[in-house]
Amino acid sequence: MTGIGRRRFLGLAGLGAAGAAAVPIAGALARASRAEPAPGAAAGKRWAMVIDVQRCKDRGGCDVCVQACHAAHNVPAMPEPRHEIKWVWKERHENVFPEHVTPYTPAAVRERPTLVLCNHCDNPPCVRVCPTEATWKRADGIVMMDPHRCIGCRYCITGCPYGSRSFNFEDPRPHLRGEPTDYPTRTRGVVEKCTFCSERLAVGKRPLCVEACEGIGCGALVFGDLGDEGSAVSALVRGRELTRRKPELGTSPHVFYVL
Amino acid sequence: MLEKALTGSRSYLGLLGALSAGAAVGFVVYLHQLQVGLGITGLSRDVPWGLYISQFTFLVGVAASAVMVVLPYYVHHYKAFGRLAILGEFLAIPAVLMCLLFVFVDIGQPRRAVNMILHPTPHSILFWDMVVLNGYLVLNVLVSRATFRAERAGTPPPRWVKPVIYLSIPWAVSIHTVTAFLYCGLAARPFWLTAILAPRFLASAFASGPSILILLALAVRRWSSFDPGREAIAKLGEIVAYGMAVNVFFVALELFTALYSDIPSHLEHFRYLYLGLHGQAALAPWMWVSLALGAASLVLLLVPGLRRNETVLAVAAAAVVLSLWIDKGLGMVVTGFVPSPLGHVTEYLPTLREALVALGVYSTGALVLTVLYKIAITVREELEA
Amino acid sequence: MFDGGKVVLGLAAFLGLVTSPAWVRLGRGGGEPPALEKPAGEKQCIEPTAFMRARHMQLLDEWRDTVVRGGARVYLASDGKRHDMSLTGTCLRCHADPEKFCIRCHAYAGVEAYCWDCHQKKRRAP
Repeated sequence: MTGIGRRRFLGLAGLGAAGAAAVPIAGALARASRAEPAPGAAAGKRWAMVIDVQRCKDRGGCDVCVQACHAAHNVPAMPEPRHEIKWVWKERHENVFPEHVTPYTPAAVRERPTLVLCNHCDNPPCVRVCPTEATWKRADGIVMMDPHRCIGCRYCITGCPYGSRSFNFEDPRPHLRGEPTDYPTRTRGVVEKCTFCSERLAVGKRPLCVEACEGIGCGALVFGDLGDEGSAVSALVRGRELTRRKPELGTSPHVFYVL
Repeated sequence: MLEKALTGSRSYLGLLGALSAGAAVGFVVYLHQLQVGLGITGLSRDVPWGLYISQFTFLVGVAASAVMVVLPYYVHHYKAFGRLAILGEFLAIPAVLMCLLFVFVDIGQPRRAVNMILHPTPHSILFWDMVVLNGYLVLNVLVSRATFRAERAGTPPPRWVKPVIYLSIPWAVSIHTVTAFLYCGLAARPFWLTAILAPRFLASAFASGPSILILLALAVRRWSSFDPGREAIAKLGEIVAYGMAVNVFFVALELFTALYSDIPSHLEHFRYLYLGLHGQAALAPWMWVSLALGAASLVLLLVPGLRRNETVLAVAAAAVVLSLWIDKGLGMVVTGFVPSPLGHVTEYLPTLREALVALGVYSTGALVLTVLYKIAITVREELEA
Repeated sequence: MFDGGKVVLGLAAFLGLVTSPAWVRLGRGGGEPPALEKPAGEKQCIEPTAFMRARHMQLLDEWRDTVVRGGARVYLASDGKRHDMSLTGTCLRCHADPEKFCIRCHAYAGVEAYCWDCHQKKRRAP
């Protein structure tokens, strides 16, 4: 055989193509932009939330917080229960805090509705397992989601000890509850969850669930900056005996409960 | 050499045709899954991993088990494995390929799979699984290509092959250990959070992989003039016996810790697995079948007189594969999610479309296996002619 | 060379196949850039048209990463005006219907973008 030989030629061509493909990939890395924070953007050191379960219970079947969040964030109402998507919702007390329930706990307490959502842990296992950093921990404590980068492997769902995350098993847009708001919907194949309304914090507003709860005069949800010693959450967290979900796992959740 | 795979008897070509059809069906259903989303599967918010990931987990073990042939033959110069070695290596390649395919069909946004390379995340075990699995594929392709070509030419293999083979041995152990690490480091899933998960994976790999190789070797002997050797197959039988014994022992160890400690967070998963929880018990019948098959296979394997009978060995090997396929597949993966972190029992059963995609992946792997084996057998037949 | 005739024939068939989009389009006629429906109201986008035409992709990429991953929301345009870095809130406020603007050029150029799977104000029928 004269010349380079068929196999060597194919091998070199393959290597060359791979090399040529690497150039645009390298150029795709993001660059700095002419950007600045919005005026009045909330700058917290460590965001946290306190949920007063008794105040919430006294309202009976109220779920204005859930409605406000799911409406504004275009969370769909999926007809198939297996494909349910929820960012904040109520569970029975015995499911959220099984360690607080004894064989003698009355049914009313066992069945007491308790609000649950992403705990924005200090040591989040979901962030640890994500293979693309589509979910990561911000400096201000919020565990964020980038639905553009998510590859839909669902490892974060597997890693979350609280069941806080939902997956888009199908296209969510046909199942929106109302007219879509400005907040982008997500697409099939990505994971979503509560982000402490980071888009509202960025313009100096508070999470919708908290505002909705205050709006009906209940105030069961308190949100603020633990880095600010004068804030209401600081007073609660440092002054009262509060509970967190599954503290023995070392995740250090930052959603606290007054039981 | 590929042209050797394109000619053969009518039944061989028929097999290629059937496997290609299976792959095509799976591919078409996968396109449907791309269009609609993973909603076509039986997965749910509470059970995000199911058939695809369970098959990936089982097949990583099969891929790793090639080391059970490579180690004796190349490192300890166990000559009886001389004709078997290539069959073992040519089993590892489609096994790893199917692992990668099963992960690929499982992710929700496959067009973004390249994000794992653009944004490498070393603190994620999934990143390392991608690295070691692709590396193992490359290693196996390089080694088997070099040794096979050398054997065909009647020359000794190039000198770089030996250190690469030595590298492939801990690498084989690593692919299954890293896959176990996907599961056993999660605080959220107490059923998997056990140090013995990685040893269990390895023991079941060294039982199921060589069992598949036994069945393939017997099939090759029956349908061609290539005989891997009675001693080699018998030795594989011994390896499977030890692997299965250790695996069953490990299962018993797990059961003891769960049952004796009586801690609900440990026990309730096992209860769901074998008895059902809150009235839901879809997996329980399968687990008892797995247990029965495992026990039966162990009896057949541990009695030397029975094990040395090749027909009995074939039955035992099939029982091992089926038992471990159930146990390490859906048994292990789904039970990790039941009950959910909030104490709910959501059952999982694969849908027909999901099963067809899985069948497509298996057909693709079987197609690659058939082609590779045909090449190996044809070259052997030519060498011996 | 061996089989020279077959090789030349194969090469010719390959070249014909690979250039087929060009001469099929030539045969069909047309193929001018599409007419884009400009929004009523605003006469100027946040940056000049030439800039947007050449670099809207990079701009949107930067906005996405800065807002989602960086946390900053306000863009300082070259004319000194400030805009919220939001595809749905800023761009789609004027270019409300991607079918009449974005998709026309993208279909013509054959560049698939799926931004409007999520960034869209219209409801999609179930």
